[in-house]
Amino acid sequence: MEFSEHIKTANVEDVVLRRPFYQPTKGTLCVTGHHLIFSNRGGDSARPFLLLLRNIDAIEKRPSVSSGTITLKCKDLCVLQLDIPGMEECLNIASSIESLSSLETVSEMYPFFYRPPFLSLQDQWGLSSTEQHYAQMKEIHDGWRVSQVNRDYSVSPSYPPAVIVPHSIDDETLVKAARFRQGGRFPVLCYYHRETGTVIMRSSQPLSGANRKRCREDELLLQAVIDGSELGYIIDTRSSQQAQQARMTGGGFESKSCYRGWKRLHRQLEKGKVLQESLIKLVEACGDQSHSVDRWLSKLENSKWLSHVQTALSTAGLVAECVERDGHSVLVHGSEGTDTSLLVSSLAQLILDPDSRTLAGFLGLLEREWVQAGHPFQQRCAHSAYSHVRLRHEAPVFVLLLDCVWQLARQFPLAMGFSEPLLLRLAKEVYASDYGTFLCNSDQERCVTGVKERTHCLFQSLLRANERQHYSNPLYERTELAIWPSIQPPSLQLWKGLFLQWTDDALHLVEAQKVIQNLVSQCHRPLNEKVENTDG
Amino acid sequence: METIVMEHIRLPKVENVRLIDTVTSRRASVGTLYLTATHTIFVENETEILTETWVLHSLVFSVEKQASTTTGCPLLVRCKNFQVLQFVIPQERDCHDVHVSLLHLSRPEHYEELYCFSYNANSDREDRRKAWDFINLKAEYSRMGLPNHLWKLTPANHHYKVSDTYPADLYVPKSATPPVIMGSSKFRSRGRFPTLSYYYKENHVTICRSSQPLSGFSARCLEDEQMLEAIVRSNPRSDFMYVVDTRPKLNAMANRAAGKGYENEDNYSNIKFHFVGIENIHVMRNSLQKMLEVSEAHFPSMSYFLEGLESSGWLKHIKAVVDAGVFITKAIAEEGISVLVHCSDGWDRTAQVCSVASVLLDPYYRTLKGLMVLIERDWVSFGHKFSHRNNHLNGDPKEVSPVIDQFLECVWQLSEQFPCAFEYNERFLITIHHHVYSCQYGNFIGNNQKERTELGLQEKTHSLWTYLWKNRTDYINPLYRPDHSQTQGVLRPLTAPYCFKFWGALYNRFDRGIHPRQSVMEYLMAIREETQQLEEQLASHEMDRRAEDVEAIWASPPSNSSVGLANTPGDYSGLGGFLKSPYQQKEPENSLLILPWPQELRKPTDPDLSTNGDDQESGIAGLSCLSPPNEESAKDPDSDETAYSAA
Repeated sequence: MEFSEHIKTANVEDVVLRRPFYQPTKGTLCVTGHHLIFSNRGGDSARPFLLLLRNIDAIEKRPSVSSGTITLKCKDLCVLQLDIPGMEECLNIASSIESLSSLETVSEMYPFFYRPPFLSLQDQWGLSSTEQHYAQMKEIHDGWRVSQVNRDYSVSPSYPPAVIVPHSIDDETLVKAARFRQGGRFPVLCYYHRETGTVIMRSSQPLSGANRKRCREDELLLQAVIDGSELGYIIDTRSSQQAQQARMTGGGFESKSCYRGWKRLHRQLEKGKVLQESLIKLVEACGDQSHSVDRWLSKLENSKWLSHVQTALSTAGLVAECVERDGHSVLVHGSEGTDTSLLVSSLAQLILDPDSRTLAGFLGLLEREWVQAGHPFQQRCAHSAYSHVRLRHEAPVFVLLLDCVWQLARQFPLAMGFSEPLLLRLAKEVYASDYGTFLCNSDQERCVTGVKERTHCLFQSLLRANERQHYSNPLYERTELAIWPSIQPPSLQLWKGLFLQWTDDALHLVEAQKVIQNLVSQCHRPLNEKVENTDG
Repeated sequence: METIVMEHIRLPKVENVRLIDTVTSRRASVGTLYLTATHTIFVENETEILTETWVLHSLVFSVEKQASTTTGCPLLVRCKNFQVLQFVIPQERDCHDVHVSLLHLSRPEHYEELYCFSYNANSDREDRRKAWDFINLKAEYSRMGLPNHLWKLTPANHHYKVSDTYPADLYVPKSATPPVIMGSSKFRSRGRFPTLSYYYKENHVTICRSSQPLSGFSARCLEDEQMLEAIVRSNPRSDFMYVVDTRPKLNAMANRAAGKGYENEDNYSNIKFHFVGIENIHVMRNSLQKMLEVSEAHFPSMSYFLEGLESSGWLKHIKAVVDAGVFITKAIAEEGISVLVHCSDGWDRTAQVCSVASVLLDPYYRTLKGLMVLIERDWVSFGHKFSHRNNHLNGDPKEVSPVIDQFLECVWQLSEQFPCAFEYNERFLITIHHHVYSCQYGNFIGNNQKERTELGLQEKTHSLWTYLWKNRTDYINPLYRPDHSQTQGVLRPLTAPYCFKFWGALYNRFDRGIHPRQSVMEYLMAIREETQQLEEQLASHEMDRRAEDVEAIWASPPSNSSVGLANTPGDYSGLGGFLKSPYQQKEPENSLLILPWPQELRKPTDPDLSTNGDDQESGIAGLSCLSPPNEESAKDPDSDETAYSAA
């Protein structure tokens, strides 16, 4: 443990902490390996204020002769200020924060030290496995099987050990098909639609390259998916121009002549740098102090964030429409198959599948489609909107997902078993967490670093009785129907709960939520009863 | 009068007309179009349940005949409540006749042609007269604590002899003598001298209102200066007052050249002058027009929408009004300083700003009855020119402007920020908006009290307020808590730009597709009604008629929300549907959304349309047989959006 090397000054007295919604308070600041701890001596019962260093996105220091000010901009978008007496102390604290908040060794991160009394490391890590998920879906057992071809992560390093594939395709074929897909991410099942018997699959791009290479096994695999029906859709999350260009670097797309029966549609979803910059611009717009509506609307437009929301929801709607209305199977992929593909496939499932809209069902969906499916959380969420560090792999794809889910829940306030606080909690946890769920970039990495043995699982924790109540939607009424979102611009709104959560505006809305909760529990059946029925 | 109206109907009935769904542009229903003395009615063919769309002539904003195509001649009808109907009429000649008829019918020349004079005309006169007493301004002033030792009722404007656009009863400082009032009124546009709008009981501070002074570049008026001095002195807590000119400074200065203008601080001792820069009626009219173009666009991109919203300037104008209200609220409640508000004539921006400030200051105006009283006081009695602004008669299009629309929107924006502070819901505001234009009730007919008295509106028409009060359960915000901290005292809203949102529920009121597919408010109202009904049933077997109606609305239990939820996909393909099936399929009947509208907007408010056979029916040859016998399925002549959205 080398944390102490980074800590030159561990304690400073008479520090003034300024944070949203609170009067400035004077107290003692303490730096530990993972936290800033601020305790207010005067406050009798007040709990100390605890900030995960990992949560700090950017730090600005303004030392002067006898004191200094440190501004901390957090990944949860909160901005704090510390007034520290003594220039030296100020500089020491700032440098400790700078180095401790950017440590990148996974096994040194806080989840490996977090040991709350109410959780045990003996508990199951994660909610379910591919095998368990498969076992629950009796109706697919004829046509689909679990393959453990990736049990040692050699076929696809970013895939989980077990995946669901067509029954008729053997492991050998899978291995060959995997060689034809970037990162070995061959097409796997993510959703089976009971009424139509059609499916949503996802994968990465085929490696057809400039020479238009083919792979018989990959073609067989897709043929097996639409076996018996005449048509399937490939939703490529790149523009057709981007897909063409990808061939130059060894990537590509499924050409019509090789994949008979598959129709390809291109829907360009932004990711990577473009998405990260969009978030940065949006957060900047939200922090703008000018009082001009014109300026606000122009900055909001310029950030393009809501355009990304619109495109993501509309692409997911398209996928769901193919499956539910048209009765055709869909394969979703972009290039790597670890970002926008997951975004689209999980949103489509929320639209179609009532089981994924319960609290447990939604967390299960996130576990399958994001954690197990190999969304590189560590790379994507290394920094958030305030960081001045040069961007590498950061992209708020998961935050975009949460925003889209929020839009769905806003349009269908009775259809989701979970509530906005859950989405806000996830948006915070994905950047800095006590739990190990969002550590690492793949299942393989989590195994290697011992995440599953030595950290606690966020999803398990969220489903404990008292948490569950807090995160349940009091208005929830299960519906079996698909929930088709409107993607008309007036229907899509800025997610104030997230992006403006540190302004006063939010307080009245939180109060309103409480009133709703009371009203429902008074007027209707007791809340407890509902929560119990929620996830059965 | 009826014969005049009937002459305009060149063609009472056209068959095989198609009504295009303007939202998706893909679905159309075929039916028969009827023109009656009061409504355009479209009756759909071949549906199991009778589907009718009724459009009141007075709600028609414009009728546009477009170029003929092979399928017929399109006729675009835009309504003042933002409904847009596109008919396609097979024969061009028929389309022409309908077009010309509608142009006449929707632009009456005389007040007497308006719908309110024929609407439910046979009801008991005495009942009707009494209903008008429901909102009583005298009671409102005494609720504020007037008259008292500081403020008195002046008879100066009895018989409207000082200002023909002011109400007869006005409150002025006790020290304001008749010569001062007379002198001041001569120095103000249209004789609208400074008078009390709102009295803040807590600290005896007041909001006064007037028109601009006729100061030109240098003119003075001793009485006017004395009048303002009297207002200052009537506030024992402060030795000066604010004069808020709601116009942009440039506009106010330009007025000086015409012998009008604003108060010179040097001439009026003890005033602090302040401009708040709200644009004039012409700017607002154009701004709304631009915003509507944006909101009507089919499948626009997010950028198009946001850019359009920005360039329309609409939200900027809304913010300017709220900002002005906040400024006044601060002066009154925090600084304890009285305020005089004016613009040019003092009936548009002044009304907006005074009433927004009242809503912020006084929880009473956040109740159902309070908002009615407020509109009655600051708008109706003080001579907001409803008939000109809302285009009730065939008049000068430059007089038309969405001034009260903006006030209602300000209230909505505030209610979005304080969800528990308002007793009324969004639907209440939208319903008022609807009737400001509909001319179904007498409240908003004419341009001032004098005109209204001469028209005998209280004898000849119905009052909207009693109607709304009778149906108040439809308009109650289930989150309202009289004892909630948000509710009490002064509201201090944030006015950061992001607090102002596009009001889709009003401006896209008829594009059901864009609204939330399930509504928390409806759900809460439903469960509240359910509980109340259970209690009522237990309490007595004698359920009143109202409760039965409620039951009818909620025939499908609200908990069974999946029925209402069966919505349809949006246009995700972005290409007008490359997928073969979804849009050609007839939507299931239950694709109705779950937002049930109050009875008034879905069911007849007339006791029974088909038996009311004196005058209203005369244009509807053969229509009476279409009116189903029971009230439940008869359609509201006013607006049949539920039926429309099912089409």
